[in-house]
Amino acid sequence: MSFNKKHLLGIQHLTKSEILTILNTAESLKEISRREVKKVPALRGKTIINLFFEPSTRTRSSFELAAKRLSADISSFSKTTSSTVKGETLKDTVLNLEAMQTDAIIIRHSASGTPHFLSTFCQSHIINAGDGTHEHPTQALLDAFTIKEEKKRLKGLKVVIVGDILHSRVARSNVFLLNKMGAKVVLVGPPGLVPLEMAHLGAKIDHNMDRAVKNADVIMMLRIQLERQQKNYFPSIREYRHLYSLTPKRFETAHKNAIIMHPGPINRDVEISTQLADSIKSVILKQVENGIAVRMAVLYLLLGGKERDFTD
Amino acid sequence: MTLLIKNGHVKDPCSKLDKKLDILIKNNKIAEIKEKIEGEDHQIVDASGMIITPGLIDMHVHLRDPGQEHKETIETGSKAAAAGGFTSIACMPNTFPVNDNSGVTKYIISKAKKSASVNIFPIAALSMGQKGELLTEMADLIDSGAIAFSDDGMPVSNSQLMRRGLEYAKRVGTLIIDHCEDLDLSSNGVMNEGHYSYLLGLQGIPDYSEDVMVARNIILAEKINAPIHLAHISTQGSVELIKSAKNKGIPITSEVTPHHLFLDDSLLTSYSTDLKVNPPIRTKQDNQSLIKAVKQGIIDVFATDHAPHSPDEKNVEFNEAPFGINGLETAVSLILDNLVNKKIISLNRLVEMFSCNPAKILGLDSKGKIKIGADADLTIIDTEKKITVDVKKFQSKSQNNPFHNWKLKGAPVMTIVSGKVVYPSLKKPYSPKK
Repeated sequence: MSFNKKHLLGIQHLTKSEILTILNTAESLKEISRREVKKVPALRGKTIINLFFEPSTRTRSSFELAAKRLSADISSFSKTTSSTVKGETLKDTVLNLEAMQTDAIIIRHSASGTPHFLSTFCQSHIINAGDGTHEHPTQALLDAFTIKEEKKRLKGLKVVIVGDILHSRVARSNVFLLNKMGAKVVLVGPPGLVPLEMAHLGAKIDHNMDRAVKNADVIMMLRIQLERQQKNYFPSIREYRHLYSLTPKRFETAHKNAIIMHPGPINRDVEISTQLADSIKSVILKQVENGIAVRMAVLYLLLGGKERDFTD
Repeated sequence: MTLLIKNGHVKDPCSKLDKKLDILIKNNKIAEIKEKIEGEDHQIVDASGMIITPGLIDMHVHLRDPGQEHKETIETGSKAAAAGGFTSIACMPNTFPVNDNSGVTKYIISKAKKSASVNIFPIAALSMGQKGELLTEMADLIDSGAIAFSDDGMPVSNSQLMRRGLEYAKRVGTLIIDHCEDLDLSSNGVMNEGHYSYLLGLQGIPDYSEDVMVARNIILAEKINAPIHLAHISTQGSVELIKSAKNKGIPITSEVTPHHLFLDDSLLTSYSTDLKVNPPIRTKQDNQSLIKAVKQGIIDVFATDHAPHSPDEKNVEFNEAPFGINGLETAVSLILDNLVNKKIISLNRLVEMFSCNPAKILGLDSKGKIKIGADADLTIIDTEKKITVDVKKFQSKSQNNPFHNWKLKGAPVMTIVSGKVVYPSLKKPYSPKK
């Protein structure tokens, strides 16, 4: 297995074989979480900082548990306001934390490019836990892991992602990953939230959900925020639901074995009907479980036992 | 005090000079221009192999003084200008306090007299506090030394204010310069909207956020028949609008910066905050369109939009960093290397755009030309000199320049303001070659 990246800044810069290495490693680590004693000593003695500048429950706990199950010491640190507001720059905050001899820094930040910025001056491994509207690589990895588990493959699948694509780091990372793995991605939503030029990222654009979901193998719904309505990306939530909610009627036209995904948190009966969210076709909670395995794999591969040469 | 510049090749399209000539300077003015001027008692500059141009003028500079002296001061900014080959600069009013009253204008002029290396021409705000609501006292500001009016940094969103401003500017005989941007379309964007903003997840500023304001300004300039100078044009759309306006004889002039000519948004993949500027770095296609417009005479002026920011202010998350590029000390070499050396434009065109045209647009009658009686502002250029841009060696107080480490051929080597050599700073008088 070859994995010689120093940081996980995004999916965009991973090769297909690096993605497969992470997914395969996650597969072998998954059962640890189902053991009675959910812990292995793989990262004993390693210190990880979980640095969250945005509210998060899922991703933050998932990274915390992943680190703990590998026996690393992890300390979580939340700041909901930008550090510049408090007078200390982000760079100073991070350098102070790093002075405590950290091995890795997991960062969630509202500004796109922040993990990249940290990588320019940090010695620690930087792991992107979501940066602004840029990337959320571990989400895309856990999504791919879940699709592979359910469908036994990624190549050739029709994956439809619906919602606020423009502002979604989940959508971007998924487009990059699924594209590299040979799946066909269709991005769906109102025109303002799915600009035609996003096709260059490696996806088909369709503003008509009824047409797009036909024969889909995977339908991934994204949370829609009220704030977008206030900026006139669409007239109202009522109208949004009318055109872009995943309803049983729309879902019927998808492939008969289609699965439903959502990175959470879900707005029941806004972007997805509650009936479908709780149905057997929904793999939403499996995504959450797999998140731990994938994050264990990422931590293990980046921080793993032996020293290695890093290419970036 | 007399200064004799010998053996240089004089290039001044405005006075139609293009040959080897000696220039004698007396009492801050050009006194004689001849093939051979002799004289023992002059201080002599030997300009053999060099090009002598009328002093270059940068009509778009932010000096940050008063109020943000940690970024730049009149002293350091003017030193940067001198090092960049500029003999005159016009400074924008977005200082703290805003230059919207004669007190601030007079402060700038008096500080310039004490500490500046080059001529400083203040541009006053068009509206009080640059808030886009009430016009400034234009006549009083002109009497105090303001040379033009602009809310630069803040676009004039209110078309009625722009209309009234133009009508009044026409009455008092001055020029309005506008930063063309529809703030609603820009919507807090931080880079050009397009493939790269989608890739990087950064909020985009569409090119038409500039185009719609350029179109509005052209319409107002035509209806009121008053000149508007369009600052830092960055899009293909603007170029097309300006071209058709000029064909119709509408009084529109415009400027372009080196960074909009030579940088494109694919570079933003580095998330380097030195590339964060407004208007944003656009696409390769816009670069090509702007270069063509320079060549065809559609754009009149090269300007830097010199916008210094301290390293601490730029060393933050991309969204948090202020907009602006520090440009005075790289502009001339960038144009020489990328346009003149590649034979896209002639050296004459460079002189027109860096000197003759800005002098004409700003109404600086005794500048922008090499002529007996004109101000003795001259720039000496070595078209063969090879340089590597090093921001650490800047005279400017700040280093936010994305051309760091670029290797360029051609550079200004001496700057003369009112007959005095201001760059390089000389330890001993120049003497002719032995």
